Amino acid sequence: MKKSPVPLLQNGLRADGRAPDQMREVNMAVGVVSNADGSAVVSYGLTTAVAAVYGPREAHPRHLALPDRGIMRVRYHMAPFSTKDERKSPTPSRREIEISKVLREALEPAVVLEQYPRSRIDVFIEILQADGSTRVASLTAASLALADAGIYMRDLVIGVSVGLVDNTVVLDLNGLEDQYGEGDLPVGYMPNLKRFTLLQLDGAWTRDKFLEAIGLAVKGAEYVYQKARDALKNRYMSIAEEIYGR
Amino acid sequence: MASISPYGKRFISYLRREQIKRLLSTRYRVDGRGPEQVRDVEVKVGVVKTADGSAEVRLGRTHVVAGVKVGLGQPFPDAPDEGVLVVSAEVLPHASPYTEVGPPDESAIELARVVDRGIRHCGYVDFKKLAVEGGKAYVLWVDLYVINDDGNLVDAANLAAVAALRNTQLPAVVKDETGIKLGRNNKSPLQVEVAKVPVAVSVGKIGGVLLLDPTFEEELSLDGRITFTFSEDRIVALQKSAGHFTQAELETALDLAWRGRERFASALKDVLG
Repeated sequence: MKKSPVPLLQNGLRADGRAPDQMREVNMAVGVVSNADGSAVVSYGLTTAVAAVYGPREAHPRHLALPDRGIMRVRYHMAPFSTKDERKSPTPSRREIEISKVLREALEPAVVLEQYPRSRIDVFIEILQADGSTRVASLTAASLALADAGIYMRDLVIGVSVGLVDNTVVLDLNGLEDQYGEGDLPVGYMPNLKRFTLLQLDGAWTRDKFLEAIGLAVKGAEYVYQKARDALKNRYMSIAEEIYGR
Repeated sequence: MASISPYGKRFISYLRREQIKRLLSTRYRVDGRGPEQVRDVEVKVGVVKTADGSAEVRLGRTHVVAGVKVGLGQPFPDAPDEGVLVVSAEVLPHASPYTEVGPPDESAIELARVVDRGIRHCGYVDFKKLAVEGGKAYVLWVDLYVINDDGNLVDAANLAAVAALRNTQLPAVVKDETGIKLGRNNKSPLQVEVAKVPVAVSVGKIGGVLLLDPTFEEELSLDGRITFTFSEDRIVALQKSAGHFTQAELETALDLAWRGRERFASALKDVLG
């Protein structure tokens, strides 16, 4: 690992002033793309993900349709201007292809696909601004957009990342900590069903630190989950107001 | 490019899947193994003479060949004093009736990237020693070729990659009037830190039973799948690649994988020396 230009942890606080178990400012809004069946924007600090859901609709190409359940199509993509350094090529990288796959596999357990035979549900996720933890912000945005689209779901999938910085477990890595920390552990969690649907890791972790990090991820996900519920409620309150007036 | 739920997941009959599940509830598997039992593992090195390093792994009927070619290139901008590792994987059309001809799909990309993450930061290869003068660096191209897929490609491919690296001979850097290039007449072994060898161990979940080393057929019946990569006593990579896990299952899977690690590490013993 490279040495960070600034200390990542000093007097128990992180470079951006947060405590180890503190999320950055979390903001969410549901129903932000009017043409989509469901949509949401989620930001963790500077990291901003917009998700749009189309469907259920007829599965194309037809040979991919399944007779007993729906299929999902998930695209995670980063805008060319979303990174701090050079322009990112808009061509999907191997990283983006892998993340699209793990996000699909993180969302599928939450969606009642058996309700949608021969259909396809599309989830498009775009990173507008990247400062670490993009895949987990994407996951939260995607499950909010699915809920907004009225898709049957068993639970929301909340994404949070945990990491290892100066051998301390921290919540919600920013770009600096992602680049210079000793480990990164993105997690997708269904808070009501208490199940993990996304788990990846790099760095070097002892068993104890790993389990500590998983515990912190659950706490973080429960915190973000409350915000996600509020964002969905706000959406429905505004629809109700539109229909019934104040 | 987007990720679509694969049709291939349905290529097992409901009856067969039920049979696999029913048998597993008595802690037996359709091939006669217990849940914690790994199939026979065979690792051979030096199987491709044209490569700078190579290895072949047979894990049951799963067959993976890894070839290393060493090149000279530019280091990554964020690590100017280090060599470069590029891991690619190709699941050949030979490998199963469901593999299509074409560029690597998302599963092959994931396979390569999981193996890559295991090797990259664990210290098995010291990339600092692979810098070359003049702002250049050695590039280790590791190509994983899946010839027959009978499940658990990650564990097999990881073994093949680390064995092939152990077997790799670095061509010397030669200087002439046109600049620097590699001379394949003069090679020396790539130094690897044998004690830090990364070992990937996948755990499958079928009907609540956790098991090691799933076969192709079992992979079509999985309710969950997770791969842990260990180096010494650390977890250096992890990938959940199907389904979901509770926290208790995750802990059990971690301990199960840790025990499975022994089996793969002993298969590597002769090769690593």
